Amino acid sequence: MTDPNTPAPHENLQTSSPGVGGVEPVVSGIDLDVEKAVPDASQKSYSQGQLVLRRFLRHKGAMTSLVVLLIIVVVAYTSIGFGPFPGWWDKDFSKAANVVNGGRPTLQLWPFSLGEHPLGQDDTGKDYFALAMRGTQISLMIAFVVGIGSTLIGTVIGGVAGYFRGWVESLLMRLTDLVIVIPLLVLAAVLGKIASKWGVIGLAVVLAIVTWTGLARLVRGEVLSLREREFVASATAIGTSPTRIIFKHILPNTIGVIIVSATLAIASAILLETSLSFLGYGVQAPDVSLGKLISDYQGAFSTRPWLFWWPGMLILVIALTVNFIGDGLRDAFDPRQNRSKD
Amino acid sequence: MAKFILRRLGASFLVLLGGSMLLFFLVTISGDPLADLRESNADNKEHLIRQRTEFMGLDTPWFQRYGVWLGGIAKCVTLSCDLGTNMNGTDVGSLLGNAAQSTLRLVVLATVLAIVIGVIVGIATAIRQYSGFDYVVTFLAFLFFSLPVFWAAVLLKEYGAIRFNDWIREPTFTLAQIAGTAIVLAVILQGVLGGSAKRRALTAGATLVFVVAAMSYFSATEWFRRPMLGIAFVLLVGLGAAVGATALFSGIRNRRVLYATLGTVAAGTASHLIVLPLLEKGGWGTIFGLLPVALLVSAAIGWFVGGYSRKPATVLSMSVAVIMGMLTIADVASRHWASLLGLKPRPISTIGSQTPNFAGGFWESFLDKGAQIILPTIVLTLISIASYTRYTRSSMLEVMNQDYIRTARSKGLSERVVIVKHGFRNALIPITTIVAFDFAGLIGGAVITEQVFGWKGMGELFRTGLDHVDPAPVMAFFLVTGTAAILMNLVADLAYAALDPRIRR
Repeated sequence: MTDPNTPAPHENLQTSSPGVGGVEPVVSGIDLDVEKAVPDASQKSYSQGQLVLRRFLRHKGAMTSLVVLLIIVVVAYTSIGFGPFPGWWDKDFSKAANVVNGGRPTLQLWPFSLGEHPLGQDDTGKDYFALAMRGTQISLMIAFVVGIGSTLIGTVIGGVAGYFRGWVESLLMRLTDLVIVIPLLVLAAVLGKIASKWGVIGLAVVLAIVTWTGLARLVRGEVLSLREREFVASATAIGTSPTRIIFKHILPNTIGVIIVSATLAIASAILLETSLSFLGYGVQAPDVSLGKLISDYQGAFSTRPWLFWWPGMLILVIALTVNFIGDGLRDAFDPRQNRSKD
Repeated sequence: MAKFILRRLGASFLVLLGGSMLLFFLVTISGDPLADLRESNADNKEHLIRQRTEFMGLDTPWFQRYGVWLGGIAKCVTLSCDLGTNMNGTDVGSLLGNAAQSTLRLVVLATVLAIVIGVIVGIATAIRQYSGFDYVVTFLAFLFFSLPVFWAAVLLKEYGAIRFNDWIREPTFTLAQIAGTAIVLAVILQGVLGGSAKRRALTAGATLVFVVAAMSYFSATEWFRRPMLGIAFVLLVGLGAAVGATALFSGIRNRRVLYATLGTVAAGTASHLIVLPLLEKGGWGTIFGLLPVALLVSAAIGWFVGGYSRKPATVLSMSVAVIMGMLTIADVASRHWASLLGLKPRPISTIGSQTPNFAGGFWESFLDKGAQIILPTIVLTLISIASYTRYTRSSMLEVMNQDYIRTARSKGLSERVVIVKHGFRNALIPITTIVAFDFAGLIGGAVITEQVFGWKGMGELFRTGLDHVDPAPVMAFFLVTGTAAILMNLVADLAYAALDPRIRR
């Protein structure tokens, strides 16, 4: 359809430039830019992984986001405890209590003090900090399961389709088209309604089943160009099994695309899950998630606006930080897109 | 090319068929359609259950029901579609008609706005790469991209509707508001336009003076209660559009094109006086009847004045004619704003796509629907703009690093020609793909927006269908998004052929 000279959307541009005849299966194209990226390359040599890590660590936006995200994760999981582990926050997210001062947040920034209920209370006096942290835990857990699950499915389907070609490819790609043709939110809502009786994990698995399509197409494109390279031909010549070629020779070369895509999948999974919970097809009571909190308390905007503000801000901050981390990873894996001032 | 498109159409048709079967099956297993009746205490419970079983064909297996549904759809070939009945025996086709109308109005408007704004901002950020403006837009794009739609929608309801309605009762600005808006706009504009420090200061100063003057005038005359655009406004904006379009696409030196577009503006302003009484009564028939006239006249002007650049002159004249038409409509509509405020003192209500039992004439109900569509459109547009801006930026940067751009520069072409003709045209190709791909998804995304704003659109059709395990409305929703997806892919293929001569085979 399109000519190779026409620019592709930038997701397709990561890694792999066929002109570089790599003998070792390293992420190609990058080694050309090593001198530019690291001026003192002559004094100390770095492995591919170290180079990526260095570039990532120097990305200010991504590092700030990583720190913020880690703080949120640590606070969410340690504060009210998770599973059998007790937390350091003394209030329970499910217990009603006396409503103090209309349930207003007691958080004070200057002079800093948390107070009794830093994020306020809902109409039955439940501590909103504990409730919001519980919602964050569940939303984060779903997002990570969806991110990892959809990455696994997408990688395997894309890799197999790209490597075997022929009827396997047509079959898998038609399957991908089939999933894509139903709008994501619609498919997710129908499946979410079915899965909601299996609890939070069921929902996460189902969301992974609907979100792998983009990555499958990306990975297939990468594999299609990689399988024509010399190191794959030589591996085939010495009788390496297809499984080994896919997992040892081809997939490590697409790792950049996969990691970036997995990160972005986590961000969109957060938004998808909260949207579904808002519509009522996601997390069901008694479980809470950030989306469900907003859905439950959207009517309270005029009387208790904080019930509405906090979960939304948490979703926004989590999705934003994950997106920035993904952006930093993209720059780290693919320096050709990066800061090329001319 | 035709063969290729036909093959694509055939393939997407098969995929659509498979998708419809999958969705039908999933909806039927998503729950028990008789659940509410089983628990009911009504005397005629048995009768109700029997009735619903009959309406939904529950005594047959799902694939047989799917077959019946598909048979109804197949009748579309003879233009007598049968979309089946919902659980209460209502014909889904009639339900879909109204629902699709309001949803498509919303989605099309949001898509068009998002494309126009997103592409313009994307190109501006690509040209001013690594400037303060670029960083701000990049951050905002990430922010909008990470925004939970439903949350933003509820916030907009509070601040865009309720607070606006409070304000419109006495639409005046305080001094601080005027100063703040002016400073923010001045900072943004000088960042976008760029240039030397002196030029930036000049831009900022001019913006500052203009905004302060305009806002003070609006505030003092309570303009927002009695807005009046008038013929001078139509003329001025039309002139701006004509000169701007000519400068951007043909170069201001191309006198033929300039005279053609200016002639169109003159004709448009003259006809403004003629059509005002015609439009006063309103009606879509009048508006769409006048549109071909305007296009014909402007095409004729472009054709005869165009001379050596006949084609761009004609195209630009017609574009300017469309802009003039919109300005005229805006002018007429603005004259009815005051009477709308009389009928509906709080102009933006938070629920619904139009005020029920609205008493006003054509223009009042036009404004009423306009006021209702603003907030959902903002929500949908913001999120699409974020991705379009990013894609345009990266695609534009990619193109501007190509060798042929360097060649174009080195042979002495002006920066305008390099960016518009050599850069932008090529950068559009990947953007077309994204837009075509996005459209059907946007209808899906409108489900959330419609729920928050209480629209009776396709989102509601889908949700009630799914809640009651009733496949027919859900399938009707899918039919619209699926058809939209196929159509948009077709448009994208045609756009490729128009943009890239190499694929016109």
